[in-house]
Amino acid sequence: MSVLIIIDKADGQIKKSSLEVLTYGADVAKQLNTTAAALVLGTCTDDLSTLGKYGVGKVYQVVEDSLNNLDAQVYAQVIASVTNQVGANVLIFSHNQTGKSVAARVAANLKAGIVTGACALPDVSNGFVVKKTVFSGKAFANVNINSACKVISLNPNSYKTVATEGSAIIETLNVSVPTAKVKVTGINKVSGEVPLTEAEIVVSGGRGLKGPENWGIILDLAHVLGAATACSRPVGDAHWRPHHEHVGQTGIQIAPNLYIAVGISGAIQHLAGVNRSKVIVVINKDAEAPFFKAADYGIVGDAFEVLPKLTAEIKKLKGIA
Amino acid sequence: MKILVCVSVTPDTTSKIAFKDGNSKFDDAGVQWIINPYDEWYSLVRAIELKEKDASISIHLVTVGNKEAEAVIRKALALGGDEATRINAESNDSYFIAAQIAEIANKGAYDLVFTGKETIDYNGSSIGGMVAELMNAPYISLATKFELNGNMATVTREIEGGEEINEVVLPLVVSCQKGIAEQRIPNMRGIMAARTKTLHVVEPIVIDALTNVVNYEMPPAKAGVKLVDADNVAELVRLLHEEAKAI
Repeated sequence: MSVLIIIDKADGQIKKSSLEVLTYGADVAKQLNTTAAALVLGTCTDDLSTLGKYGVGKVYQVVEDSLNNLDAQVYAQVIASVTNQVGANVLIFSHNQTGKSVAARVAANLKAGIVTGACALPDVSNGFVVKKTVFSGKAFANVNINSACKVISLNPNSYKTVATEGSAIIETLNVSVPTAKVKVTGINKVSGEVPLTEAEIVVSGGRGLKGPENWGIILDLAHVLGAATACSRPVGDAHWRPHHEHVGQTGIQIAPNLYIAVGISGAIQHLAGVNRSKVIVVINKDAEAPFFKAADYGIVGDAFEVLPKLTAEIKKLKGIA
Repeated sequence: MKILVCVSVTPDTTSKIAFKDGNSKFDDAGVQWIINPYDEWYSLVRAIELKEKDASISIHLVTVGNKEAEAVIRKALALGGDEATRINAESNDSYFIAAQIAEIANKGAYDLVFTGKETIDYNGSSIGGMVAELMNAPYISLATKFELNGNMATVTREIEGGEEINEVVLPLVVSCQKGIAEQRIPNMRGIMAARTKTLHVVEPIVIDALTNVVNYEMPPAKAGVKLVDADNVAELVRLLHEEAKAI
């Protein structure tokens, strides 16, 4: 009986969301008086022994080049084999794109109950009850997992990463890796940008900005904050900004520490994508905009005047000339 | 070519979310039920678009739900699709639901199974992957484009900060999201035709649920917005830095 944490990588490097699941998984192991180990599939340029800082004693690795591409079927079989081989009975994933592809498949393979989108440690005082977001962040459900083997996928940005001292032992496992049926023929990635789902701060623009040529003030503010940029649905639909920036019910759902909404009225569908943000700032010239009701801080004012001032003040705070 | 489209019935996106019976059940008083938007706008419509190019394709809808789901399924049939099956059961355990759908998918030897990327009520994102596992078929999640060329599919899927293009031979399970199809509404001809389309009702296979909802909670109420004067932007920065500790 032990906890196995599945590590996700991008371009051979461990993702920030994986450090969150490491800390979370190590804490779950403590609750259950057992040990936690991490699993890395494919090759990795990071020093895996440093994962010990997040509370795992061991890092298992299946080194096989074909695992550098995601085929959910192959991943599920390999993860299920490793689970059986090392005797794990709690599996932790991040509820990101990779987790959404793989976690449920692994659960079905192992006949394990799964809770996706978890946002807190399980309550193990009476059963194994995991809190998750439901109704697009408008409520929570406490879900008990009845099966012996359990799978949790953790919402990104919902558990604080804690790094201490420690070094993990790396163990390479021999697991048969099936041939992938899915062939990756291309990847289009916007380089140099903070991925939206991993960003701590997000600056988002809506129709109130009047046109794509006015996005400079959003980009400037995002730049000084080290933030990712996002947009509302009408902006994405009008191709003012790329589709992958659209946050909301039908776009990407995010939960940054700080969400700054500029010129966005705050329709219920937009809120469904951002309402798990810890702090929401709304800047809108319409004092009646519904978004103010969901905000922590607000400025009723013209974005074209407020934003340059805000950027200048943050520069001052950070000591940037 | 046979496509199975998984359809879930969910509360309308603007529904007031409340719970009853000691917070153990969703309070459906006054709630309007709709087809889960990801199932309707994206997976069902993409299946219909494929059929419009190739009339030999047949589209079957499947749902797991009670009798009340039938009115919503008729609405889905009004958009398109040849027939539907309702599995007569209610559950929010994803393994139970996936096992029911996989039973239909395996027996019917479907080439392609479409799901939405998640339901807007339970936000599980689990059914597609589980059905694929139980069919022993490949699975591509969060698809934003889908093209068929004979028995070869070219699928674009969302990855962090971009997209990836995949090629795979059918059978295949795909979870669909925005970008894969253009939203449409049913026309009168479709609504009339849906009335006579076959809606099979089958009993569920015996599967033990692996999870159960203990209760629901509402998030703590926001304290209310603190408004800062537009001429005093420095105060907002101070609050974000000192009070919220967000920057």
